[in-house]
Amino acid sequence: MTTRILIKNGRLIDPANSVDRITDVLIEGDRVSHIGPVSACDAHIIHAAGKIISPGLIDLHVHFREPGDEEEETIASGSAAAVAGGFTSVVCMPNTNPSIDEATAVEFVHRMGRQARKTFIYVMGAITKERKGQELAEIGLMSQAGAIGFTDDGSGVQDASIMLKAMKYVSMFGRVICQHCQYNSLAGKGVMNAGYQSTVLGLPGIDPLAEEMMLWRDVQLVRKCNCKYHAQHLSTVGSVKIMREAKQMGLPVSCEVSPHHLLLTEDMCRDYDTNYKVNPPLRTKADIEALKQAVKEGLIDALATDHAPHLMSEKELEFLAAPFGIASLECALPLYIKALIEPGVIDWSKMLAMMTCRPAAVIGVDKGRLGLGDRADVTIIDPEAEWTIDANKFISKSRNCPYHGWKVRGRVLNTIVAGEIRYTAAS
Amino acid sequence: MDTTFQWRHKHLIGLAELSRQELEFILDTAKGFEEFSARSVKKAPTLRGKVVVNMFFEDSTRTRNSFTLAANRLSADVIEFTKTSSSVNKGETLIDTARNLEAMGVDIVVIRHSAGGAPKLLSRSINACVVNAGDGYHEHPTQGLLDAYTIRQVKGSLDGLTVGIVGDIAHSRVARSNIYVLTKLGAKVIVVGPPTLMPGKIDQLGVRVSHNLDEVIEELDVINMLRIQFERLGGNMFPSVREYSHFFGLTVERVKRAKPNILVMHPGPINRGVEIESEVADGPNSVILQQVSNGVAVRMAVLFLVNQAAALQSENKAGKNENHTN
Repeated sequence: MTTRILIKNGRLIDPANSVDRITDVLIEGDRVSHIGPVSACDAHIIHAAGKIISPGLIDLHVHFREPGDEEEETIASGSAAAVAGGFTSVVCMPNTNPSIDEATAVEFVHRMGRQARKTFIYVMGAITKERKGQELAEIGLMSQAGAIGFTDDGSGVQDASIMLKAMKYVSMFGRVICQHCQYNSLAGKGVMNAGYQSTVLGLPGIDPLAEEMMLWRDVQLVRKCNCKYHAQHLSTVGSVKIMREAKQMGLPVSCEVSPHHLLLTEDMCRDYDTNYKVNPPLRTKADIEALKQAVKEGLIDALATDHAPHLMSEKELEFLAAPFGIASLECALPLYIKALIEPGVIDWSKMLAMMTCRPAAVIGVDKGRLGLGDRADVTIIDPEAEWTIDANKFISKSRNCPYHGWKVRGRVLNTIVAGEIRYTAAS
Repeated sequence: MDTTFQWRHKHLIGLAELSRQELEFILDTAKGFEEFSARSVKKAPTLRGKVVVNMFFEDSTRTRNSFTLAANRLSADVIEFTKTSSSVNKGETLIDTARNLEAMGVDIVVIRHSAGGAPKLLSRSINACVVNAGDGYHEHPTQGLLDAYTIRQVKGSLDGLTVGIVGDIAHSRVARSNIYVLTKLGAKVIVVGPPTLMPGKIDQLGVRVSHNLDEVIEELDVINMLRIQFERLGGNMFPSVREYSHFFGLTVERVKRAKPNILVMHPGPINRGVEIESEVADGPNSVILQQVSNGVAVRMAVLFLVNQAAALQSENKAGKNENHTN
């Protein structure tokens, strides 16, 4: 017998189909079977008056640490955290230990994802073997195993000729090549933005140029080979300008921005609190404004958390020694609301597009829509619920969250993946 | 000296967070200890029964000895803990090390560490008082204080003086602490060095930036020559030692062009013939050894004040608890 779920009287926002109206959505099995008023029927009913019905949210950038650092996060714990954050699909980065740089590793992550049975897990493979930036990894075999893109995330591919070869090679399989833009020679041993605050704290800084120069170089390489390219977690005024020009040239480029680069600045590193240590580093107000402007113009394709869990004991080190990263999967939605909707930068439909159909387009998957017959990945959101972020209540194994204690608005109520309710908020 | 003023900080992490009044209060307190040091029996019972640990994760002789002597003169018991390790993240963590020492009943932790922020991290994690004896290139507050103390001792006041700080400003905690204390006490500060050794946006700390020592030497009442720390500098900050000395070294010739009573300072240890010529370092304008003597008095003042603040805080806590039960 097929299970039925009826979502009643919600505001369906489906940006891919330009839909924004109050309606009912009926799910039968793993598909959407009806949109429009539904009279009484034999189904599990979710009353959604005053709530938003969105296509399931997609996060292009998470670190689930498995294999290798299971004490920080596992695919199971990360998947559970993802559905609690409203994400029905996430993309795992390959900088695990060992790296995801060959087909069996890709299959392993998929298998663990299926076993967890929470969110849908996609995998990106490494561009180069062991992410060392020297030899191409088996990109073709990983593509066949289901890797939906390639990146050496955590570091950028330093050598221009290797990057060019990688772009050409990846394009043979129609996948997207992604880059963590950062020239190591300029970033040096930096642990935060190079600027006033790094001078005061006496910490080595990472100049915005380290990001911008690699992004600029990659754009020139894309001009040469026209492959599909995605810039990960942009953080600077200059990067926005380079991306704007690249899109104006009509190049097949896309980019993402993370919540911390829309909300936090270098000033917050003031007390050497390592929860603010992240790579790319927190920049300045001017950078935040430029990124928001880019969001407003539609230049940013995706909102991506860069969920990077770490143990408390690792973060309780000297700022120089602590690892980079912020865990934010479970509070990402209200953070985006705070950054983009509350100040009126964009509306709900535009924001949800950056969390559904637009990231789906970046990785070329048939998701992020909620039309008749589409796969029933659904996120139900209470846009007005006020709550306080409590990192101690995270399902994720890690607590490295600078938003702990923040009062926020907007909460995920239900997360439905392929017609199954995988998460329900405690009432 | 303002006798109604009450010192409230149980940690001394940096001078950036202190007010002019607070800075002057430390210097005034140190003045009392300076006179004390002239006595034949140089011991006060102030910290009797208290335990001070010198946690030095970086080589130091001058600062460590100075702190040890200061603690001894106040009758504290001193534990020396030295662990020089280039990698900060190997083995036991800083917090675990400190918590272990604290479990043995330490009252004041004096810490020197190669990572900026290590004292701040400690102060959040343990109950003992934390005194920063130099962290990375963040701050070296007692050095800044003793430099200000020495200038005040000779010149009477810092108001209206122009102080040049010359050398590797980017990697200098001494420069930063000096900038904070000197500007707050009314001096004008000019930082001098090649652009490769200037940290970004340093002008926002209220200082003038110069890359030409010869252009500014005549304006200076005080010149503080920083040590070129070869061991910390990666390659290519400047082409050669010879070239650095040529442009930024304090030579006899340059001193001749300066004001006749210019005060020559150096935090030590000196690289003779690199940033300063021997004749200048040992010459009549030099107060380099006076700085060292003053260091003890300043550190006595700091240990005395943080301990007093800690005692006051625990008294207040006890008081509050009593009120609670009433």
